[in-house]
Amino acid sequence: MTDTPFTGTPFTGPDGAQPDGAGPVDSAGPDAVSCRGLDYAFGETKAVQDLDLSVGAGEVFGLLGPNGAGKTTAIRCITTLLPVPAGMVRVFGHDAAKEKMAVRRLLGYVPQQLSADAALTGRENVTLFARVFDVPRRERSERVAQALAAVDLTGAADRMAKTYSGGMIRRLELAQALVSAPRLLMLDEPTIGLDPIARTSVWEHINAVRQATGMTVLVTTHYMDEADQYCDRVALMHHGRIHALGTPGELRAELRERRAASGTPAASGASRASVEKGALPTLEDVFRDVAGSGLDEEGGDFRDVRSTRRTASRVG
Amino acid sequence: MSGAPAAPRPASAEKTGPGGLELLLQPPRARTGWRVLPARVVAMCVVELQKLRHDRTELYTRAVQPALWLLIFGETFTRIKAIPTGGIPYIDFLAPGIIAQSAMFIAIFYGIMIIWERDAGILTKLLVTPTPRAALISGKAFASGVKALIQAVVVIVIAAALGVGLTWNPLRLLGVAVVVVLGSAFFSCLSMTIAGIVLTRDRLMGIGQAITMPLFFASNALYPVAIMPGWLQVVSKINPLSYQVDALRGLLLGTPSHLPLDFGVLLVAAVLGIAAASSLLGRLAR
Repeated sequence: MTDTPFTGTPFTGPDGAQPDGAGPVDSAGPDAVSCRGLDYAFGETKAVQDLDLSVGAGEVFGLLGPNGAGKTTAIRCITTLLPVPAGMVRVFGHDAAKEKMAVRRLLGYVPQQLSADAALTGRENVTLFARVFDVPRRERSERVAQALAAVDLTGAADRMAKTYSGGMIRRLELAQALVSAPRLLMLDEPTIGLDPIARTSVWEHINAVRQATGMTVLVTTHYMDEADQYCDRVALMHHGRIHALGTPGELRAELRERRAASGTPAASGASRASVEKGALPTLEDVFRDVAGSGLDEEGGDFRDVRSTRRTASRVG
Repeated sequence: MSGAPAAPRPASAEKTGPGGLELLLQPPRARTGWRVLPARVVAMCVVELQKLRHDRTELYTRAVQPALWLLIFGETFTRIKAIPTGGIPYIDFLAPGIIAQSAMFIAIFYGIMIIWERDAGILTKLLVTPTPRAALISGKAFASGVKALIQAVVVIVIAAALGVGLTWNPLRLLGVAVVVVLGSAFFSCLSMTIAGIVLTRDRLMGIGQAITMPLFFASNALYPVAIMPGWLQVVSKINPLSYQVDALRGLLLGTPSHLPLDFGVLLVAAVLGIAAASSLLGRLAR
């Protein structure tokens, strides 16, 4: 296991939401997420190195990379799960080190594992999160019902979560995250282990909710096609660093220009069809290009693989 | 749901209930200060009760062991009259001990649930809610108290059926409930503390097995402290289970006991347990 120094949360008055003017409030308002020089190491392993990231309010931002690229670690730093030094991570201007409670109130988080409680009904799962986000009793049931309706689970709300399909569980988790009206939705590999139809459905619900609420979405995935289709901007991560950042269109266009300029057809392993036709390269081609060598087999340790497979097997 | 009767699901999901989302646009007002802790404790206890409502198997299977203790061990030793109990039948003497023991057995494996919830991602998600770690641990501790309380009711009913002369004074029974919950809070925190140290289910399982019986035998649950060898008396003195049993005996049977001391020790133990477990929770989270 890891031995990074532990910085416990002091048992003080809970809400650190004092507006201490820490937020760099400019005319456009603070970024939804801003990381500056974020480093995180598990013992000797540097999971995230010198990460600079700004996610604007209201955008769908994708953090892409293979297993072990550091995406989940970055997410866990932003969600206050991992201790970071003050000043490195801000969520809507709140420092993730100094104002943990304020940051958490703004977040809806869906971890990579299936995190709904199988021994409860869908409605009970969502109600728990309504309670821990202090939804007052008089509006609790209505709010829970709306969250369930937003993900099309009204009909299944009173069934045990263990009877749900993989896609339904993901949608339930989305409802759990939505019930507190978060301003930033953090989704860690939301479609991992799902069949293509369930993947599309999960993304359609994410999009619908985002359109209705205007919330910011930060999503990690290793499915490049999904990122291409659904993200406003993406960052390509590899070995803990960001290698490219921009809209999917920009990244693809840049690669085409680079290829045209250098006259090389493609980096090794690029999808041949796109090269031969001179078509726009795919995001995967971009990734291969910027990540360089060492992409294929070394990413992700045993623990990553195990948790991924476990998630996949539970999704069934 | 009141207004929107399960609107016919649109073919694509792009229109999610027009007008049905307005509450999801307003963040709830945050509870602050002292109100957070009781709110989180209630939330965790409600979950525990909901789970018990969905699946009562555990309730029944967990009743078997205490029933056997009372029925076989209790009845037999009542006949032998080998253990000085201060003039009451041995089974009466034993009943409070079995209540405390069976509640402890539930609590001592509570840490396994924390590890399971960690592996499942449930804990991770709770840690990203506006819940200080100590409040989360307190919630879990009292949720295990809810389970222990139901177990205590079962054992009291079995004991009453076997003719144990228990009190039915509601105030005393309330005291019993408090003692059971506090003891359970301590032992579940002990378990969660060990979980925070060993981090895996298998190791915790082994340690749990290794400490439950010594905790049980090195207490006054089966026999009075006075007949123990000196060294065991010392162990019994630092074993919170002894104070729990002493209080339960005093409350349920009216035997001489040290209620203020017992409550004090259990309260302090529970608070220390919560502090220890919450300080180690971060290790489980990463």
